[in-house]
Amino acid sequence: MVEPVLEISGLVKNFGALRATDGVTLDLRPGEIHALIGPNGAGKSTLIHQICGTLRQDAGTIRFVGRDVGALSVAERAQLGLGRTFQVSSIAPDFSALRNVMLAVQAKQGSSFRFFKPVMLDHSLIDTAMAMLERVNLGARARIPAAELSHGERRQLEIAMALALGSKAFLLDEPMAGMGPEGSKSLTRFLDTLRHEAPILLVEHDMDAVFALADRISVLVYGRVIATGTVEEIRRDPTVRTAYLGDHA
Amino acid sequence: MPMLNRENLVNLALAILLIAVPLIANGLGQPFYITLATRVAILALAATGLNLALGLGGLVSFGHAAFFGLGGYVAGILAAHNFSGEPVIFGLGGTNQMWVIWVVSILVSGIVGLAIGAISLRTSGVYFIMITLAFAQMVYYFAISWPAYGGQDGLSILVRNQFPGISTMRPLSFFFVCYVILILGIGLFALIRASRFGAALQASRQNEVRVATVGIRPFRIRLTAFVISAMLTGIAGALFADLNRFVSPSMLSWQMSGELIVLIILGGTGRLFGPLAGAALYVVFEYALGGMTERWQFFLGLILLLVVLFARGGLIGLLAGKAKHG
Ligand SMILES: Nc1ncnc2c1ncn2[C@@H]1O[C@H](COP(=O)(O)OP(=O)(O)O)[C@@H](O)[C@H]1O
Ligand SMILES: [Mg+2]
Repeated sequence: MVEPVLEISGLVKNFGALRATDGVTLDLRPGEIHALIGPNGAGKSTLIHQICGTLRQDAGTIRFVGRDVGALSVAERAQLGLGRTFQVSSIAPDFSALRNVMLAVQAKQGSSFRFFKPVMLDHSLIDTAMAMLERVNLGARARIPAAELSHGERRQLEIAMALALGSKAFLLDEPMAGMGPEGSKSLTRFLDTLRHEAPILLVEHDMDAVFALADRISVLVYGRVIATGTVEEIRRDPTVRTAYLGDHA
Repeated sequence: MPMLNRENLVNLALAILLIAVPLIANGLGQPFYITLATRVAILALAATGLNLALGLGGLVSFGHAAFFGLGGYVAGILAAHNFSGEPVIFGLGGTNQMWVIWVVSILVSGIVGLAIGAISLRTSGVYFIMITLAFAQMVYYFAISWPAYGGQDGLSILVRNQFPGISTMRPLSFFFVCYVILILGIGLFALIRASRFGAALQASRQNEVRVATVGIRPFRIRLTAFVISAMLTGIAGALFADLNRFVSPSMLSWQMSGELIVLIILGGTGRLFGPLAGAALYVVFEYALGGMTERWQFFLGLILLLVVLFARGGLIGLLAGKAKHG
């Protein structure tokens, strides 16, 4: 079997009396889209936060590209190639879309401790960032302040930043949320190509997208993974049907 | 090449105005106005330092008087030892050479800035404001309780320190020294703001988590900015001591820290010439209103209130419109 890119085992996170992550074990293999589904409040975002380091787990391990990253900072994990998008888009609002992506390109290139060369004259930054924006269909909006972008465009912008990092895995927290049906469709097509760049852990409520994209699905309920399997297996699983899927299946 | 947009024109006008006033005053034989302009230049330099941390990095330091005062004390102490002939430390003597004093001021405020920043930057928001204030107060009380250098009374610089080829006792000559350093300081600010480092710093102000998520550690960026900021304010302090030929704990006081913040808000937070615009406004106010009423600070407060409520971009914002981020 191929070595997984990301391997989580026995992960636990408590918020006071609430156990938001309850012994989660799952992995992400090269080239796959692994969808993480579950009702609101199941602990999906909390799991993503722990993988990226914005929250620290109480127990369990997180291995990424063969390293135990559980004690590393957010920035160190990003440098290793963990590219993520947030459930609520996280961007630098005063900067243009282009400058947001340029920040990721500069981080990827290495040092941010360069004090004298103006970034707006630095074509290695601008050209790479433009290329990433083109890939997510945001080229025409490059010079717009990120604060003025639409909801869906901010999503695309975050993906462009993750692309610019040369990510070895993408963690996308509800990328379709708030997008119209057209937006969802084109994003679905895009993610289908993105998996060839790096595997995707996809948290998503849009079941059409999940069933169209996922190689495997894990179902999270009350912080526990109650089932993991292919689309067909999950559709048929009786516990999943009662716990979550309802009339969707 | 900088474009001739409105903000650059306003900046150019301010730079010319600042140099025109002392030239005219000199022609009219009114050295007092030269001193006033020098004061503007020095305060603008100190605030430009703070603007790097506060304006670009969003780090509201309420302790920058520590660096301003340290620069001042470096000038005062080195000059005093030069006069007395006694060594300062490790057998090293004092000096009356400004450039040596500047280098030492930059080093001392940089090192102290590194220590204060390394601790303070682990907090944010109100805690950061309070902890920087607390550190500055520690330096303040240290100065007050150290009788060797004047304690509460401060320390006089009998003869203004020297710079090769310039008679620094002439008000106009000393003004030019300060003016050149101010322009260099503003130039440094402009370079940093436009650089990769500046991009990371400004992004850390807007969204710290985003910066970390692309793999840049905000703490290191902020600490570096804080140290550079302290250095700029420190060298301004050395010039201020030489201007007044006197340094006292008041340069280290929390009122001084507050004054620097006020200058920036008046002029325009994060704007290249905001500190100069703010310092000019402040000094003109202090002079014009201070002559009429002891309570001039009341009116200053009123103006500050108006700026915060109705003109967030400060004077530069009023004259040049909103800031552009490219
Ligand atoms: N920072 C926090 N502090 C306390 N409780 C939290 C925090 N973040 C999330 N929770 C709780 O943890 C549970 C899981 O939340 P979340 O991971 O956001 O769920 P999901 O993304 O699956 O909708 C919810 O009950 C939520 O209220
Ligand atoms: Mg969520």
